[in-house]
Order: sequence, then C-alpha cells, then structure tokens
Amino acid sequence: MARLMEGLWITVWISMLSVGLSVLFGIPFGLLMAAKTRVVAKLMRIYLEFIRVMPILVMLFLFYYSLSRVFGINLSAYFVSVLVFTIWGAAEMADLVRASVTSLPAHQWESGRALGLSSLQVSLFIIVPQAIRRLLPGVINLTTRMIKTTPFVFFINIPDLMKVGQQIVEVAGMRNHLASVWVYGFIFFIYFIICYPISLFSRYLEGRWQ
Amino acid sequence: MSETMIENINLSKQEEEQREKPSLEDRPIVICARDIVKSFGERLILKGISVNVHHGEVLVVIGPSGCGKSTLLRCLNGLEPIDSGEIELDGELLTKPGTNWNLVRQKIGMVFQNYELFPHLNVMDNILLGPIKVQKRKKTEAKQKASAWLERVGLLDRADSYPRELSGGQKQRVAIVRALTMAPEVMLFDEVTASLDPEMVREVLDVMLSLASQGLTMVIVTHEMGFAKAVADKIIFMDEGHIVENAPPDVFFNNPETSRAKKFLNMFEFKGIKKV
Repeated sequence: MARLMEGLWITVWISMLSVGLSVLFGIPFGLLMAAKTRVVAKLMRIYLEFIRVMPILVMLFLFYYSLSRVFGINLSAYFVSVLVFTIWGAAEMADLVRASVTSLPAHQWESGRALGLSSLQVSLFIIVPQAIRRLLPGVINLTTRMIKTTPFVFFINIPDLMKVGQQIVEVAGMRNHLASVWVYGFIFFIYFIICYPISLFSRYLEGRWQ
Repeated sequence: MSETMIENINLSKQEEEQREKPSLEDRPIVICARDIVKSFGERLILKGISVNVHHGEVLVVIGPSGCGKSTLLRCLNGLEPIDSGEIELDGELLTKPGTNWNLVRQKIGMVFQNYELFPHLNVMDNILLGPIKVQKRKKTEAKQKASAWLERVGLLDRADSYPRELSGGQKQRVAIVRALTMAPEVMLFDEVTASLDPEMVREVLDVMLSLASQGLTMVIVTHEMGFAKAVADKIIFMDEGHIVENAPPDVFFNNPETSRAKKFLNMFEFKGIKKV
C-alpha cells in the first residue's frame, strides 16, 4: 500500500509538473499562433500537427533510448517524461489559447475602445477575463488527459503507480492468483478518484461561465 | 398650488425655452469634420466628407449599404484613422499627433449595430466599467447615475442580469445607457436597430427619440426611414463616399433634389400588385 502511494506520488508530480510547464509555454505559443504574422502562425501550426500525430510512447522511446545512442546523452527517465509531456501539453495548450483568443469577437475590443478604455485596460478588463473563462475547461480537460497518459512512463522504467502495481502483482501473484484483479482494480479506482472530480469541476465551470 | 398648475407652469417654461432657442445653425458647433478621406487598402471609402454637428442637433445619415456611413462614424471617434482631412471637437483639432483619443471617446459616446455588451459582466458592471476605470468616478455616484438611466429605459430590474439573459432590444438599451453614463457631449449610433427583430426595434427607437427631445446631440446612421423623418433635424444622404444631399427631413423626404436620392427613397416603397 505504501509503495502504491509512492507510485501515485510519482504519477501526480510528473503530471502536475508537465501541466504547469505546458501552461507556461503554451500561452506564449498560443498568442503566437493567434498572431497576425502568417509565417509564425504557420510554423506553430506545423509544430502542433506534428506533435498531435506522434504517439506519446514513440516520443518517450525516442528521447529516452534513441537520443542516448545517437548523441551519447543520457537523460534521466524522469526528465524525459516531463520533457515529452510538456512538448505535447504545450502544443495542445497553445491551440486552446489560440482558439480562446480568436473566438472573441472583434467588437469586444472595439466597444471597449469606444468607451475610452486604453488598449491595456481593454486587455485587462475585457479580453483576458473572457479568454480565461473560455480556456479553463480545456485546460482542466488537458490535465485529466495527461494524468491518464502518464502510465506510459512505465515503459521507460519509472516506478509510477502502474509499475508499482505490476511489481506487487508479480510478488503476490505467487500466493494469490486474484491479486491482479485487486491491485489493478485498486489502481483503476485511484485514477478515477483523481480524474473524476477534475472533470466534474470542469463541467461546473462550463455551466457557470458559458 | 396643485400639481396640474405646476405642470402648466413647467410646460409654459419649456415653451418659452423652445422659443428662445437659437436656430440650430447659430448654436455652437460640437463636431466639425472637413474633407475627410478614408480608404481601406485600394478601396476609397470616404471621398472628402465635410459635416458640422451643432449643439443639440440630431443628424441622421442615410444611404445605400457600403456608402461609407458607418466608416464616417468610426472616423469621428478615431476608431478608424483617417487618411486626410480634419476633425474638430468643440473647436479643438483632433487630427493632429498627440491627441488623447481615449479622452475624446469619453466625450463622443458610440453604440454599435451588434450588441456588444461584455458577456462576463452583468448589466450594472457593464455600465460602470467606463465611469469607474476610465473616468475614475466614485462608484456610488456612477451607480446612481446608471440606475437613473436604467430606470428611464425601463431596465432597472435587470441591473443584475447577464447579457445572455437579455433580449436583443434590451441589450441595445443597456448599450445606450452604458454610453450615456459616461456623460458624453455627442452620441453616435451606428445602425443600432439593424440586427434586431422587428418587434424590438421600436423600444430602442423610442429611447433614442426621447433622448433627442431632451436635446442630446446625436449622429444617427439608420435604415429606418420613418424614424429618420421623425427624429432628424438634418438629413445627410451619402452615396459612394460623397455627401449627395444635406437637407432638413421634410425637404429631403418630400422633394429630394438628386436622382440618386430619389432612387434610394423609392426602394422603401412598394407598388401594389392587386389584380383587380
């Protein structure tokens, strides 16, 4: 049980760190995508599409196993997992930011200006509050998707929740052949406990803010 | 003194004021535009527009779509920079470097065609944003003014509602109140009823009529000809970036001078097709 909690802790911090970094990088990327400059927007688009079609597992392997072969760099498994999840998350986040900014009608900007608000005031009181409202459900959704995807780190030997579960099953399975049902069932339950409230929260916000 | 007598006295006072009012042309000019030229890329939209708006005057701008009416309004409060020409507000030249347009826009209120209330703020906060953040007025004072205006347009009970809970006509009335609470000298109305359902057009026009009768200076772009006739002191007919006619409403609607204006007005009439 204690070992499962350690595994859970690893799962949680990898996801949280990745989400945090994704938001950090995703916002400027998203603003770039919404920018008027065609070239920049196009480049960002290519980045996003590339990341989207690339399976996470392949990226993890590529960074963990292949890079060390080619360049002789040995990256720690934890570093690679956070890196890969951030590359993916930042791309998704950027698209969310782009969508939320460009979906705001131009009149919002204009009517703010017509009231005598300065550009900064319009951004601060009108654009940003609305963009955040549109953004939050998507960010929360992305968070749950990241948490659900973390078990992939299993394959680069990080003792996350799944890995620990498997080890326990291997040991306990000798004595109790139903161990796998209990342990994996329990893990399933833990993921549910973490993700479900987050998704409920997102639905609550969507309902409240529209 | 009974109330009716007070009313009578007030009435006669009003009549007196009306009689003493100098004719519109003698009143001070609020907005003076000279030779405004504006193009979007290659397309020339305004080809030298000159117009004066006198204090207390209601100027109605009409014309076919794409003639530049809306662009003219947007140029007057600096939402669109002009290519050449001059704009003055109260005798002060605006079209020079260093003009603080944010300050100018406090004096020139504007209401748009698409109800552009801020969806994340309720009605009262929508109205108070300008007075508090821009004009730095006290919240209690601004709120009092806002409530008074809301009451006048019949929406005081909706002060806590969010824009999505209002009908189009109600949103437009709030938008008008939002601009009025800034206490502007002039109000610009850009086809404010154009995207409303017919039954809501009236409630918005009534508000504007009552503002006009109070002596608010207004520049109105509209397609409602009946309303234009009733509210205007002066009609400006624009076509292809020029002012084609500039006349009092009765002259313009009964005896338009140019064939272009005649053609335009004819579009609003239908020939009967009864086959007797």
